[in-house]
Amino acid sequence: MTTPVTIRIQSADFDIAAEIAALTKARHDVGAVVSFSGICRGGEGKDAIAAMTLEHYPGMAEAEIGRHVSEAITRWPLTGVTVIHRYGRVVPGDNIVLVLTASVHREAAFQAAEFLMDFLKTSAPFWKSEERAGGDSSSTSWVDAQAHDDNAAARWKK
Amino acid sequence: MKVLYFAWVRERIGKTEETLDPPADVRTVADLMQWLVARGEEYANAFASPKTIRAAIDHTHVKPDTVIAGAREIAFFPPMTGG
Repeated sequence: MTTPVTIRIQSADFDIAAEIAALTKARHDVGAVVSFSGICRGGEGKDAIAAMTLEHYPGMAEAEIGRHVSEAITRWPLTGVTVIHRYGRVVPGDNIVLVLTASVHREAAFQAAEFLMDFLKTSAPFWKSEERAGGDSSSTSWVDAQAHDDNAAARWKK
Repeated sequence: MKVLYFAWVRERIGKTEETLDPPADVRTVADLMQWLVARGEEYANAFASPKTIRAAIDHTHVKPDTVIAGAREIAFFPPMTGG
């Protein structure tokens, strides 16, 4: 039996409770569902932002996330995986990304969720730009990739 | 082949995509970047720090020494900031 996988790239927000419920619907073998949701932060002081825009590479985003989900399923015994990643404009407090992993026992779900997030941060083709608070539309800047995200992803190399 | 640009690479070049027909001696991703740099200042600006540029062929990440022959779609972009 293949593990049910849901991968969606969308501009709309997502309903976390509904997505979690979908992983346990009509089955009683799932003992653990781990949920990670990434949220747009507002920043503080001179770093305060009014909004964030996520650019993405349609087609490759789905393919790249699919590859990492397939690897997670190979490495851990999972009963289901859901990844939803938004694109477009979001404001502080908005959801950006959802990773759900389900398994019989909790270790697989916890580890697979962290693995997937570490790779989403470094190899999923999305690029964030931020609009500074204060209404000056010319102060938009691209967010830089972080070395600590590369280091986190490197931990999982076998 | 179709070449796509994203984020500030796209902004500096001024295009989201184009169709290119590089000569046969442009063999690798690195060769293609150098060939683009010679086409104009906007490309030179985009690829000014080649080590920071990432590439994908047909939706898969590739290294600079990857051969481009047979590629349908090549994309150039900065390090990713998804998740």
